[in-house]
Amino acid sequence: MSTLLDVQDLRVTFPTRIGLVEAVRGVSFSLGRERLGIVGESGSGKSQTGRAIMGLTPPQARISATKLTFDGIDLLAASPRERRALRGNRIAMILQDPKYSLDPVMSIGRQIVETLRTHEKVSKAQARERALAMLEAVQIRDPKRVFDLHPHEVSGGMGQRAMIAMMLIAGPEMMIADEPTSALDVTVQLEVLGILDRLVSQRGMGLIFISHDLRLVSSFCDRVLVMYAGKVVEQLKASELSQAQHPYTRGLLNCMPRIDADRHPLPVLDRKPEWAA
Amino acid sequence: MTSAISVDRLEVIFDRFRALKGVSLDVEPGESFGLVGESGSGKSTLLRAIVGLAPVASGSIAVNGKTLGPRRDKAFYREVQMVFQDPYGSLHPRQTVDRLLQEPLAIHGFADSEKRIERALDEVGLGKGFRFRYAHQLSGGQRQRVAIARALILEPSILLLDEPTSALDASVQAEVLNLLEEVRRRRKLTFLMVSHDLAIITHMCGRLMVMQGGEAVENLAANDLVERRVTKDYTRNLLKASEGFVRTT
Repeated sequence: MSTLLDVQDLRVTFPTRIGLVEAVRGVSFSLGRERLGIVGESGSGKSQTGRAIMGLTPPQARISATKLTFDGIDLLAASPRERRALRGNRIAMILQDPKYSLDPVMSIGRQIVETLRTHEKVSKAQARERALAMLEAVQIRDPKRVFDLHPHEVSGGMGQRAMIAMMLIAGPEMMIADEPTSALDVTVQLEVLGILDRLVSQRGMGLIFISHDLRLVSSFCDRVLVMYAGKVVEQLKASELSQAQHPYTRGLLNCMPRIDADRHPLPVLDRKPEWAA
Repeated sequence: MTSAISVDRLEVIFDRFRALKGVSLDVEPGESFGLVGESGSGKSTLLRAIVGLAPVASGSIAVNGKTLGPRRDKAFYREVQMVFQDPYGSLHPRQTVDRLLQEPLAIHGFADSEKRIERALDEVGLGKGFRFRYAHQLSGGQRQRVAIARALILEPSILLLDEPTSALDASVQAEVLNLLEEVRRRRKLTFLMVSHDLAIITHMCGRLMVMQGGEAVENLAANDLVERRVTKDYTRNLLKASEGFVRTT
């Protein structure tokens, strides 16, 4: 399997009033054309890992890594111009809440066309055609109508589909999805995941799926990284989740209420300081 | 025996939108009752209508046998308290925990506020150290504990819970759910709990109602869900969705 992304010892540091805070502390992994899940609680550094790869870390933060390459391109040495050429074109990112991450004063169609025309030389009419086809591919029933709507006029599930369409239109090779379905209802969640799954496997993309929901990730991904306090504490195949070794992973799995199990009180995580060491 | 909460053919209309279309519900004293449904199904609106935060167009609500008028009196709020979904939005950002807990006591004219605040913080597992902190100095789970303390401090008999853990991490969610179960057992409270998560509702509640588009889809016992004894397709879909993603090839 060819390696698309190689991350070695990635660190993201934020300067704060109380000194330097390391949000990501030495994360290493590589990604081929597969679905990789990154799971952790809030503050575990999972989103900052994704943002560092995408190049969306706030300017005051410092990123260091012994290796951070995408298809042989050194991302840390790349100029802002080169990063821009990659972003949206070869690497795409889906964000959590379409309400906040779509431009509220631009119609959905125009936003999709903008992405396409930034990266490819196509005529306006062609761009429109491709945007409509893409909206159809994410199973929007009436693409022509949705094309002219603004983000506030569509539901959360529809907005998230529009965002997926926008991210896929330039044909990226790698996609980072940061909690793509957390803002959606359970039933809509599965529809959106189904669309994402089909498009990723059809196009042979690499996918990094960032989420706090261990169960969801393990049912969707091939491989799972579990993060705690900025570090990867365990890496396992999604199918072998039940044999997780690390107490943190097991605790996360255990503390969810289940329909079939009557457990009162629920087991809670007993956080050990040595997990963060 | 009179019901703790009895809702009869309740209609809530916002402008022209019918958010609740004739929903009826009975909750026994000491029971824990769940409301499940997707966003827009009217489950939160039902809670808000009970406490007087939504415009009731017709139908009636009775609490402990007393039918409620258009205005709620002080005695009502001593009986019924609510915990909201978002602990970031439901606590005053410029008041200390002490001040937040003082407020309901002052409104209802309690004299021994000192002792009550200490006891309330103790009960939710926060301790005295948190008394003079601000909401932004607390984690999400700690904030939700403060919100629960604020609801419990008047010693109500009914607690309305609107997605109390959906903004929290899974591990923190377990802690808060355990806390809620414990106070319910200790104080013999009646719960009316809203969640979009079937697993949480089956864990916390004995009976539940599934809602969709402002209407009740079906009434179930938690056991029916465990044994998959559901009659409506909508509930079946919810059940399936709660089991995670299944790849169709």
